[in-house]
Amino acid sequence: MSDNDVLFTYLLRLADDQLILGQRLGEWCGNAPTLEEDLALTNISLDLIGQARSLYSYAGEVEGKGRDEDQLAFVRYEQDYLNALIAEQPNGDFAHTIVRQFFVSAFMAPFWREMEKSSDNTLAAIAAKASKEVAYHLRHTSEWVVRLGDGTDESHERMVEALEDLVMYTGELFESDGLVKAAIEAGFAVDVASLQDEWKRTVDSVLKEATLELPEAGHMQSGGREGRHTEHLGHILSELQYMQRAYPGMSW
Amino acid sequence: MSGAVDMTENSQSAVRKAAWDAAAAVPDPEIPVVTVEDLGILRSVEIADDGTIVAKVTPTYSGCPATQFIEQMVLEALQQAGFKDARVEAVLSPAWTTDWISDDGKEKLRKYGIAPPQKTSNSKRALFGETVVSCPHCGSEETERVSEFGSTPCKALYRCNECKEPFDYFKCL
Repeated sequence: MSDNDVLFTYLLRLADDQLILGQRLGEWCGNAPTLEEDLALTNISLDLIGQARSLYSYAGEVEGKGRDEDQLAFVRYEQDYLNALIAEQPNGDFAHTIVRQFFVSAFMAPFWREMEKSSDNTLAAIAAKASKEVAYHLRHTSEWVVRLGDGTDESHERMVEALEDLVMYTGELFESDGLVKAAIEAGFAVDVASLQDEWKRTVDSVLKEATLELPEAGHMQSGGREGRHTEHLGHILSELQYMQRAYPGMSW
Repeated sequence: MSGAVDMTENSQSAVRKAAWDAAAAVPDPEIPVVTVEDLGILRSVEIADDGTIVAKVTPTYSGCPATQFIEQMVLEALQQAGFKDARVEAVLSPAWTTDWISDDGKEKLRKYGIAPPQKTSNSKRALFGETVVSCPHCGSEETERVSEFGSTPCKALYRCNECKEPFDYFKCL
């Protein structure tokens, strides 16, 4: 794999994470528990989709085959998407949505901060922007984790369930396969394994305040980075891709 | 003459200023009391080697839907000012910060009913840091945050416990 191919695939993985999670959050539009939360979840979604757009556009340039952001986002097949599995997990109840977003934000905050040091100027610039945005996502979801965990018996119980259901998808975020190692070697990537302690500290401190605990992680699910997905991704794509499949090349 | 610019020494700065003035006057589509210059979204207006005017703009938030609209409006403003071949480029780095909003812009925001961003962002406590936001209507500091996210990506929802009015706060970034 050439350095260029490594960069392209690395960008796709990162872009797919943001797009798929952004699409998931968008499903709450009009359905969230309160109007303020409806706005909040869709605002976060908008940030993520905005980040995805910058990443796809750059990936298209790097690839040099004339594919633009829309083609990369909308007309690939399921096994070509390289997002981490946590991004595609269903919204479930509000507790599941909040825990999923909290886990991811606690990872993306240090990730983007480190990416600001990337040797790749475009990636560093995208990171500088995203870094500021994710700080709000982490703060917002942290507040909800505390409110729900330290809330009623019902909300506490739902948070416990959400933590148990989702913890198995967190390991994948810190995996470094050959591609990540090559990307780190090339100087533009973040050494995700080195972020695990910080993630754990952030998660533990918020959960403690929420009278919750991170469940013991047993087997960690993975495969998303290689295009092996849970059953949920295909369903998201059928909705996400509908317009571009029905009317190829359409634009607003 | 097409859009290309005559490049004699003296005229160059005058041309650049004319182009800047045209682009700078473009209002923000969401908050029309402030211009792209007030908000610090318009980063530079230069004359490229081929003589065309190149305006550089930066988005406030990655996903801000107004970004593309602003680029289009800046382009049209330049074209109307006679710079037919003008281009608008988006720049991401350095990342936009609310520190770039001019004092004049902040005052315009306040008069419009939007509390301008406070100086330093979430530094007090990393996760639960609260900033004191003064009510743009009565000036009271007895305000509370209703939601971290508001009607546009750049705003949060607040309410004043003194005059009881709700208001938008321009988030610090």
